[in-house]
Parts: sequence; structure tokens; C-alpha cells
Amino acid sequence: MERILYGDNQFFAVNHISDSKSREQAIRFKNNDAIIRTLDYAIDAGITTFMCTTHDRIAQICDVIRANPEKYKDFKIYPCMPYAHKYANAMTELGIAGTIKQYVPGNLFGTMFKGGKAFISKDYVSIMELLIDAEMKMFKGVQTPVIFLQNVITDLLLGLGMVDLLKGFHDHVVKKYNAEAGFITMNMPKLLDTLEGVGITNPIICASINKADFRMSGGQALYEKTLKERKFRAIAMQVLGGGAIAPKEAIEYVCGLPNIESILFGASSKGNIENTVQNIHFFDGK
Amino acid sequence: MVKVALIGAGKMGISHLAILGAHPDVEVVGVCDTSKLVVGALQKYSPFPCFTDYKKMIKEARPDAVFVAVPTKFHYTFVKELLNENIHVFTEKPFCLSSDEGQELAELAESKNRINQVGYHNKFIGTFKEVKRLIENKSLGEIQHFVGEAYGPVVLKKKQDTWRSDPSEGGGCLMDYASHVIDLINDILAPVTVSQGALLKSLYSTNVDDAVYALLGLENNTTGVLSVNWSDETYRKMSTSITIMGTKGKIVSDANELKVYFKDKDCPEDYSKGWNVKYITDLTEQVDFYLRGEEYSAQIDYFVKAVLGKVPNTINTFRSAWHTDRAISIIKMNAKN
Repeated sequence: MERILYGDNQFFAVNHISDSKSREQAIRFKNNDAIIRTLDYAIDAGITTFMCTTHDRIAQICDVIRANPEKYKDFKIYPCMPYAHKYANAMTELGIAGTIKQYVPGNLFGTMFKGGKAFISKDYVSIMELLIDAEMKMFKGVQTPVIFLQNVITDLLLGLGMVDLLKGFHDHVVKKYNAEAGFITMNMPKLLDTLEGVGITNPIICASINKADFRMSGGQALYEKTLKERKFRAIAMQVLGGGAIAPKEAIEYVCGLPNIESILFGASSKGNIENTVQNIHFFDGK
Repeated sequence: MVKVALIGAGKMGISHLAILGAHPDVEVVGVCDTSKLVVGALQKYSPFPCFTDYKKMIKEARPDAVFVAVPTKFHYTFVKELLNENIHVFTEKPFCLSSDEGQELAELAESKNRINQVGYHNKFIGTFKEVKRLIENKSLGEIQHFVGEAYGPVVLKKKQDTWRSDPSEGGGCLMDYASHVIDLINDILAPVTVSQGALLKSLYSTNVDDAVYALLGLENNTTGVLSVNWSDETYRKMSTSITIMGTKGKIVSDANELKVYFKDKDCPEDYSKGWNVKYITDLTEQVDFYLRGEEYSAQIDYFVKAVLGKVPNTINTFRSAWHTDRAISIIKMNAKN
């Protein structure tokens, strides 16, 4: 994985501290041109990996990437699935079974043999594989060397103790997509223990890691200890602590931690993208 | 260690179950649901004992506390039975379909001295907690007006019916969405006692309301506006906010950001004249296990601590949820007439 990964929250009005900022972003990135232009700024700044949710609009971004193979020949996407609010809103309205019926492709009890069979035999790993395949369709022809499970699902399965499904995600991604599996979490130490417990060694884990101790469940000290003593490939996200820490200070903290393979960040302007990249290079060089 | 069981493994039930499963002071002794799909998955992949008959679960698993996350129409029967078995109860919102039922359960829980809590999780959000503190300290002076709002993208087109679209089962925007806002108003300002000009609008649903608008009067004679719509696709997810105007200033708060304006220098510590902005990052305490938001873990942790006698059982009690049920029925009556 590259040292710096570019995220997509700013494109889809995801802002952890302000609803009004999130609306500004929705207005700013209303058109896909605005997203592509900003992605190009990131590429100009030397970033070639875009880590994004499987939001409907990403399918349109993938169309642009496929249409310009020369320009994007080194460009990689790390898909993060699923786009959780799509399912959460559906569950409020349709319930759990209704949501699965809506999103598993094909007619569950009819034409899709695997789906129908899986549903009836309660082979949930197969149902999950179908859902993964449905989410992955939009990336056909685009390089996706690492595929992530979003934190809501990772942490839900973690809390429920459904470790076989975490393993099932890992194995399917490796086997079918010849990619590495990654896990996003807000509970990094606990997840690492669990993944190691099912035989996933040296896993890729993307977690909130920041100077402000924001969303680091179990506490900053435990996170630092885990980074120092355990073997896994860490990606630090939310390094600005939702905006609570000044950018330079935030990057200095993360660059000073051991064992952080990559830093994930999002920014909407050319200036902020360039500044963040410069800061990371500066503190990495120290 | 508290032995906890769950009845109803739907969207909220599953979320509670994951948080309970990760809680160091909780042993999950049983999960009960009628859905074969859900029970099948839990049976196959989770470590929790599964049941399809809740009475059998109570008898065999002997829980100290039970989480009830079934459709609202079943709350009364289930909760009453659990309290009579001397079990502590956490139930989802809205509490009951009728105000009489809610009052009876509140009295029963109090007389049996059982820990009772309802899942109005906004009260565990740092920004709203700070709003409550500011109002309690009279920092805004005399309250002149409030606006309670919630918007989100739940029902965006005509679709198949579920219990959420059945008014007799506790569905609809007023019961499901607006209840959160009403509960916040009740808690931060004063219980709702009057509704005027209430409109319950069906935008896409056939049987229930998708939007609620009303003028509300509170027990302390404060007045304000309620505006809630779950068919608003300009929101990515549910967004709840409260605006309060007073003689000394104004508060605008949602779950992420608190903005407070003070007219002069006479204001609380950490605030100054003019606009003050605080973010959830400054106002939220770390939780041991995070899922979807600190407030979901915090409310469960509070309940578990109450069962263990470590905190008083004062936030989101049955009685406070009954006040919210009562406000819902006042708005409904007003809309009908």
C-alpha cells in the first residue's frame, strides 16, 4: 500500500462534526466533474490510491476512469463496502429480510440458483458473497488491490462474535478478486485479536488514529501499545480527529507512531490536498 | 456480571446485541426473535443461545435484565411480564401505543424497584447534553421560542408495507422519527402539554404520516415549533436539531455541532459574547466499544451500570418516555380534530 491514500468523505457530504459543512460539500460536489477535478489534484500531488465507499456515484467515477486508461493507468481504487446508509435506511423501512431481498441481485428464490439455494439453506457466507459481488460490479476493469469491509459492518460482526463472516469476507476477496482484504474499524485492538483468532495474520486494519483520542475505543494508550507490539498493517484515518487538531500537529503525531503503513485523508481543495501531502513528507523525513 | 437477554433482533436489536456482546460486564444469555433468517444466522455464527419463544428464554436463561426491541405494540405485554418476573428492562422507543399503558408500566417498574430505561439515545449525545446543561443553568435567560427538527431519507417513494407503515403497530414518522425530537424538547425544556395546528402528512406512505408539523406548548408555558420529515432526501441520514431562543441569547444544536450566541459578556464559563461553536469531538466521552455512534454504547453502558448500582436510574426512565408518548397522542388528537 502507498504511504498516502486519498479518501472520499468530502465528496458525499460525510462530515463528522458539522451538518452545515456537509451540506456545503453536497453542493460543491453536486457534479461528477467536481469530483474528477479534485481527484486529479490528488494525482498531481503524487497520490495514486483512492479509497472510497461503494456509493452509487462512484460507479460514474469508475466510468470516467475506464474511459481514460492512459491518464489513469497507475490509478488504484480501494473499495470500502457497503455504503452503509443505503442499507440502514432500507432496514428502517423494510426490515432485515426485506433489505436483503432488495439488494441481493436477481430473484432470490427463483432465477439466481446460488442465491436461492443459499437463502433456503441459510448459507449466509454465500449470501454475503453475492452482496460483495453486487457491490464490486461497478469496479470492473479498475485496479482494486485491496477491498475493505466498512466499519459499521466490521464492528457489528465483531460485537456479535460472527467471526466466520469476517473470515468469509477475507477469503472471498482473496479468492475471487485476487486482492487483499482490509477491515475498517473503530475498535482496532479488539478486531486485531479477533482476526488473529481466525487465522488472518498480519491483517490490513484501517482505524481512527489521532492525537485527540477521538473514536479510539479502548483508548489512545492501548492503540499506541498495539501499534508498537503487534504485527498488522495499519492505516490511520480520522487523523485530524474530526477537525479537533491543527493539521500540522495532527500529522506530526501520526507520522511519529510506529507501524503505520498508510495515512488516509480527505480534503476538498487543491491547497489542502497539497498541504497535507507536504506535511506527511516533511514529518516522514524527520 | 449482568446476565442480559434480548427480545427482537431487528435493526435496533442487532445493534444492541453487538454492543452487549462486546461489553465487559455483560453476559448475553439469550436472544429471541421470530425471524428464521435472523435466528438462523445468529445460531450458526454467533456464540449466543437463541430462542424463538421468549417465555422459554426467560425460564431457561434466567436473565437479570432484558432488552426489548420489538414493534411498539408488543411493548406493553412483554415489559409487564418481565417486570412481574422482577427483571430489569431496557426497551426501544417509542415506549407504548397508549398513554395509559405507559403510565401503568412506569408505576409498576417504580413500585418493583426495577431499572427501567427507553432507547432515546439523543440524551447521550454530548451536544444535546450541553444544551440541557445550559438551559438548566438559565444561561439563555427566559426562553422565548424553540424549534425542534428532524429530517432524513427513510421513505422516498411508494413501497411495500411493513409494521413501520402500520399506525396500529407504532409506525409512521410521528412515532418513529418525531418521537426523538419530542423527547429532547420534553427533557431539555419541559413536557409538551398542548399542540395546535398539527399536520400529519402522508407524502408517499398510504397508511401513516411521513411528515409532522405542529405548534407546541409546554408545561412551563414555553411555545415553539415541531418540524419533522422522514421523506427528505437532501439528508444523507437522520439529522436531529434543536434551536432555542432566550432573552440572553440563542442555541442551535444538532448531534455534531453546538452553536451558542450570547448577547453580552454575562455568560457561562468557556463561553463568550457572540457566537461560540463546540463540536461533538470536544463534548463526547470515549466508549469501550464503538458502533454507529458513541451514544448507542453510552446508553447501554449507563443501563448496565444502573443494574450494577453504580449510577442512578434517572436518564430515559419509563416515566420520561411516557411523557413523550403522551405528547405524541396530544399531537395525534390535534391533527385529527
